[in-house]
Amino acid sequence: MRRRMGKLLPLFAWGSTLTLLAAIMTIAGYLLVEGMPALDRTLIFGDTPPLAALLLRRPVFGGLLPAIFGTIALVVLAVAWAIPLGVASGIYLAEYATTTAKRLLDPAFDILAGLPSIVVGLFGFAVTVFLNRHFSAALHPCLLVSSLALAFLVLPYIIRTTQTALEELPPAIRMTGPALGASRLQNIRMVLLPQALPGIASGVILAIGRCAEDTAVIMLTGAVAAAGVPRSLLSQYEALPFYIYYISAQYTDAKELATGYGAALILLAICLALFGLAFWIRKGLDRRALAHF
Amino acid sequence: MNGWRERAAQGIFALAALVSALLTGSIFGFLLFFGLPLLTGGRLTAILTQPWAPYQGAYGIAPMLAGTMAISLLAMSIALPLAMGCAMLISLSGPGPTGRLLRKAVAMMTAVPTVVYGFVGIFLLVPVVRQLFDHGSGMCVLAAGLMLALMVAPTMILFFCDAFARVPRDYGLAVLALGGTETEKLLYVTLPCAWRGVLTGTILALGRAIGDTLIALMIAGNAVRTPTSLLDSARTLTAHIALVFAADTESLEFKSIFACGLLLYLFTAVMVVGIRAAGRRRPGR
Repeated sequence: MRRRMGKLLPLFAWGSTLTLLAAIMTIAGYLLVEGMPALDRTLIFGDTPPLAALLLRRPVFGGLLPAIFGTIALVVLAVAWAIPLGVASGIYLAEYATTTAKRLLDPAFDILAGLPSIVVGLFGFAVTVFLNRHFSAALHPCLLVSSLALAFLVLPYIIRTTQTALEELPPAIRMTGPALGASRLQNIRMVLLPQALPGIASGVILAIGRCAEDTAVIMLTGAVAAAGVPRSLLSQYEALPFYIYYISAQYTDAKELATGYGAALILLAICLALFGLAFWIRKGLDRRALAHF
Repeated sequence: MNGWRERAAQGIFALAALVSALLTGSIFGFLLFFGLPLLTGGRLTAILTQPWAPYQGAYGIAPMLAGTMAISLLAMSIALPLAMGCAMLISLSGPGPTGRLLRKAVAMMTAVPTVVYGFVGIFLLVPVVRQLFDHGSGMCVLAAGLMLALMVAPTMILFFCDAFARVPRDYGLAVLALGGTETEKLLYVTLPCAWRGVLTGTILALGRAIGDTLIALMIAGNAVRTPTSLLDSARTLTAHIALVFAADTESLEFKSIFACGLLLYLFTAVMVVGIRAAGRRRPGR
């Protein structure tokens, strides 16, 4: 029985690993085969001359440019809302909070981190409906609402990575500043934060990836299939992940479907690249941490 | 001197943390505020047990609850053995290149957007399911469960590997010194010692499976019926929210999505509290 276990276990381990790898390879390979032929200039720009499209002189029809611009605007705004709040909260947790304060705050951040993104989207939508009814009828789901909801979604990531990056700093770094007469704030601002920056940056990059791929939040808060390049915070907009979802359900011909494959491939590449970047920053971080000992 | 600056900074940091924490509470508050008309006056049980028939005034979310459970439990029962096997392989191959490469590949897999899984699911998996079982459109619990399993497995693997790595090295070395093999070490020492981490990883993965919207929305078929077989079409709580939110905001139909939201919120809260409680009881070995 024991002898057999010794043979079966590696078999089971290899079997499940190969199954998993085969499945993911199939998905990636399928997207590459179907998406590669669609990757050309018209996929992005449609029939509009690229330069005129990039300078927003002429609208793009049938190309991904508005969706790409929408996703970029969305990500930049969401991260811009989330970074100040998240980093400040992370600093508080790592440097100031008492045990009691942490015990009260930690569950809140854990719940926020665990909430399904559709619930965060529903919250954004509900707040918009509420404000629309009671304050201003001009307020509708739009780029601003989406970016705020996405900021809430990634806020716990940024809080936790900031907190961990600060807490992981070696005591030697932590205590040099105060020993030389620096105040608590000076120590945070001039020593701890710069030292923790790579850790915080890798968290922010992961948050960017999360904002770029999330579909559930934006479909409830203002992403639409055709809106053109976003022109204002209060307008509806297009986004890559929503476009992929929309095409999968509403495509009318093979050409539209091909742009869906192209969009899926582009989104996959963006997310993997962002993840790789965060991974690489982390790795540099580990190597540097080792150098301290 | 600079005392007021120090205090102002501390105040700002504390305020930021407070605002972030209050956000979690206000999400619950808003869901409750909008869902309340549907939950008062003894309608709570009706919501949780009734079928969904808006034209007959029944707004029960029971079919969606069943759909969510069916799809996420199927996904978990596929993902758990796969993830366990893969984590074991990484653990067995030790610090060599196989384990490191595999771990990197698994970590990369966590970055794949769920909408991409859904998209490939529609055009690759669903036709296969349709032809293989010759039943309906192929959009069913089975297709969604398979794709979802693929989505949650990497997270579980990383969690399991971390749990294995946290088992003190001496324990494993003791087994090897007594003439045990690497396999026996894993099976009789590492695994029993790491069960808490394995459990935590499994619960978190279940949370991700229940909370995911796009895969079920795109390939489960979204029929409002309690699924009775793996080949039945089903609708999850998350997909229900995505499908109904555009309805008239005064209608009870619209309000029912807040019941779904509340249910998902409460599930998350219970999960978090449970994991924290499990973590606290860890003996200080």
